[in-house]
Amino acid sequence: MPETLSPPPESCTIPVTGMTCAACSGRVQRSLEKTPGVTAANVNLMTGAATVSYDPDVTSPEQLVETIRATGYGAELPLPEEATEDLLGAQDEARAKEERELRRKFAVAAVAAVLTMVFSMPLAEMGRAMTDPLMRVMLPLSRGLRHLVPAVDRMSADGWRHALLVLTLPVVGWAGRQFYTRAWAAFRHHSADMNTLIAVGTGAAFLFSAAATLADDWLTARGVEPHVYYDAVTWIIALILLGNLLEARAKGRTSGAIRRLIGLRPTTARVMRSGREEEIPLAALRAGDEVLVRPGEKIPADGVILDGTSHVDESMLTGEPIPVAKGPGDPVVGATLNRNGAFRFRAERVGRDTVLSRIIRLVQQAQGSKAPIQRLADRISAVFVPVVLSIAIVTFVVWFDFGPPPAYLHALVSAVTVLIIACPCAMGLAVPTAVMVSTGRGAELGVLIKGGEPLERSQAIDTVVFDKTGTITEGHPAVRSVELAPEGDRTAVPDERRLLALAAAVERLSEHPLAEAIVAEADRHGAEPVRATEFESRTGRGVMGNVEGRAVAVGNAALLRELGVDPDPGASRADALAAQGQTPMHVAVDGRLAGLIAVADPVKPTSRAAIEELRRLGLETVMLTGDNRRTAESVAREVGMSRVIAEVHPDKKLAEVRRLQEEGRVVAMVGDGLNDAPALAQADVGIAMGTGTDVAMEAGAVTLMRGDPMGVVTAIGLARRTMRVIRQNLFWAFIYNVVGIPVAAGVLYPALGLRLTPTMAAAAMAVSSVSVVSNSLRLRRFASRGHV
Amino acid sequence: MTSAQIVVTVVGLAGVAWINWYFFLAGRGAAVAATAGAGGVQRVRIEVKGGYTPAVVRVRAGAPVRLEFHRDEVNPCTEEVVLPDFGIRTFLPAHRTTTVSFTPAEGTYEFACGMGMVRGQIIAEKNG
Repeated sequence: MPETLSPPPESCTIPVTGMTCAACSGRVQRSLEKTPGVTAANVNLMTGAATVSYDPDVTSPEQLVETIRATGYGAELPLPEEATEDLLGAQDEARAKEERELRRKFAVAAVAAVLTMVFSMPLAEMGRAMTDPLMRVMLPLSRGLRHLVPAVDRMSADGWRHALLVLTLPVVGWAGRQFYTRAWAAFRHHSADMNTLIAVGTGAAFLFSAAATLADDWLTARGVEPHVYYDAVTWIIALILLGNLLEARAKGRTSGAIRRLIGLRPTTARVMRSGREEEIPLAALRAGDEVLVRPGEKIPADGVILDGTSHVDESMLTGEPIPVAKGPGDPVVGATLNRNGAFRFRAERVGRDTVLSRIIRLVQQAQGSKAPIQRLADRISAVFVPVVLSIAIVTFVVWFDFGPPPAYLHALVSAVTVLIIACPCAMGLAVPTAVMVSTGRGAELGVLIKGGEPLERSQAIDTVVFDKTGTITEGHPAVRSVELAPEGDRTAVPDERRLLALAAAVERLSEHPLAEAIVAEADRHGAEPVRATEFESRTGRGVMGNVEGRAVAVGNAALLRELGVDPDPGASRADALAAQGQTPMHVAVDGRLAGLIAVADPVKPTSRAAIEELRRLGLETVMLTGDNRRTAESVAREVGMSRVIAEVHPDKKLAEVRRLQEEGRVVAMVGDGLNDAPALAQADVGIAMGTGTDVAMEAGAVTLMRGDPMGVVTAIGLARRTMRVIRQNLFWAFIYNVVGIPVAAGVLYPALGLRLTPTMAAAAMAVSSVSVVSNSLRLRRFASRGHV
Repeated sequence: MTSAQIVVTVVGLAGVAWINWYFFLAGRGAAVAATAGAGGVQRVRIEVKGGYTPAVVRVRAGAPVRLEFHRDEVNPCTEEVVLPDFGIRTFLPAHRTTTVSFTPAEGTYEFACGMGMVRGQIIAEKNG
């Protein structure tokens, strides 16, 4: 193969900035063309991109970027998705070309198939061709032909055979040529595929027919009837081409989700550079750039809003249908759609670091992975074709030795039928197409499943463990009520606002989440941002300090007792609040109980419905939390959870998950992916729940882009549905071959007299692989909310 | 049994034996070692035409590997290459070279077409 000795050039597209006229692009192009190793360069001023073909042994994209920069223009390395986009473009092009070609070839083969069948009828009547059930359908055509051309009846059998040979030649030599060349290429590698089966099957039928046409006297003299099978050859090729055409179309749709994700990215960004608004290609956007976004525009990168307000549609990444209100300080995610307002934001993550890029990478990796269930299909595919070739030979021999006369014809037809009906494609497509469609569909719904293995494990889950804070609840405690103690000192603390302000002054110095809730509530009521002095924190009990000359302590009853303050006047209220799942914080001022502040982490609005759906799917739900038992049980009651494991230290969550597994359960653990990463890893399926902008996406086997517990239902529902489709596909592919091949070989003939013709085999084979891909494509219609 | 039947039976059985020998035993081509390139990257060029040449690639474990798949056909059977252990599934445009990069730990890895019919192997060894 001398033509393949020199490595072919690689190509890349590099975004170039700063070009304003044709002279600029010309200069960049010339400098690229002069670079050693560059075989071709094309710089487009309109798109701001240089497309360069280069020899990877001599230069690299990095060096090409340097070359462009040396000319005084800006250049950036292309984003990884651009390479993917490039490949997807090439794939689309290849597929379109393949479809066009297949359509043309199918058209020619189909016309030839109909004609060969019509022309075979007179021969069949003479007993010189095999009959196919299809012929009955074609009978009117044959009669019509004879009616129109009476000379037809006068044509000899030999004449018919020659006419059929002429009709079949273009089908074998052109339309079906690909089967033979591809089979040969595989054969040289000691491998065999679908093409081998078609090539050997149609080749044998064609060669026998050609011999019967060209050397009929020689065959007749040796007692062999000169039968011809041209119609079978043309029908097989036409039907397989049709099958390939439909399969190519369906396969093109399996990668639709990744295309849509890549298509989400805008191509340019409008940035402020040296005080001027400038539109730059996306690849030139840097972290730290100030970006302007107008209504209706896509946000080009991840960042934080500096000024302006708007509603942002994040549905494409998180599946959240309602646009989210955004203002200064709020995070925005690249590729989401700005709806009504204009704003300025600072880009923080650009290029491959954006949420979208990470999603694309994860989905691509998932689609490249293998489900364990595929192993069996793989083992069978690896030996399938040679085994079928062997079965075909054995079929031939058995018919030849034991079949009714003319045994050699039955032997030939049965062997060809075995070769044609066998369908390795259905087996090869069964699992990967379903995994591709399902992971893609998951991404559209804001559920990232990291491959075939997590998918397969997810369907076996029987227990779902939820970390409470941030998954079942919002994760941001809020003040629910502020109450003055009945016997409190009214001069020091005249009202609830004052109580809150005093507590907040101490809590401002604390980092506890409960403290944040009190400070936020005080701020909301317009409290002065006073800070305590002599601050002291007692772990697990509370904090204290001096606020404007008053000794203020905020904490639990134990803290008050330690300080010699009697917490009893508030005890019954504190118990009542705790029973409702709230955390009562005692506030003491100058040695007396002044009041209670109740803080609670509100339950997410969809938690209850999600738990219900999970139960409907037959799953047990367990809450695992570091919180006290009473709070945990109260939340569990509110959402309808059956089992609570409370007061678990973060380090012990992993052990609790393991304990559940030791009970024989298949456990999914739902958490935020940050604090509970070890428990997520220990679980059979770790589900990390995020909120679009801040997701530990790489943690867990499944990532929910939205902080909605309903996503757990979607993930498990999708996994179950996918595995069902995979099992259907595999069952169909196996059964089809396991039943089809023996029937084609003629096992039913001795008892029932039933045989298949090669044409019927070709139709079955074409339907078989298309049906598998179509079945996988049904997953595109999977709806969230756990319809399984 | 007629002589024709005996001949057909013997030839048929020989054919079955030959098919199994040819496809399962004879085809094991020799493994090709990767060539070390700039920056310690090990490069291997793999021709894709009805199969992979070479189909068995030997590399050093722990160092980056660049497989350069040159697909010299339009047969859709080989249009994708999948390396499941590295989460890679990529389209190979016809008559072009497509590069796949990864760093393997010690072990044997499989690469195959999208449907698992055409296969190859990467053997990553400590001192490969």
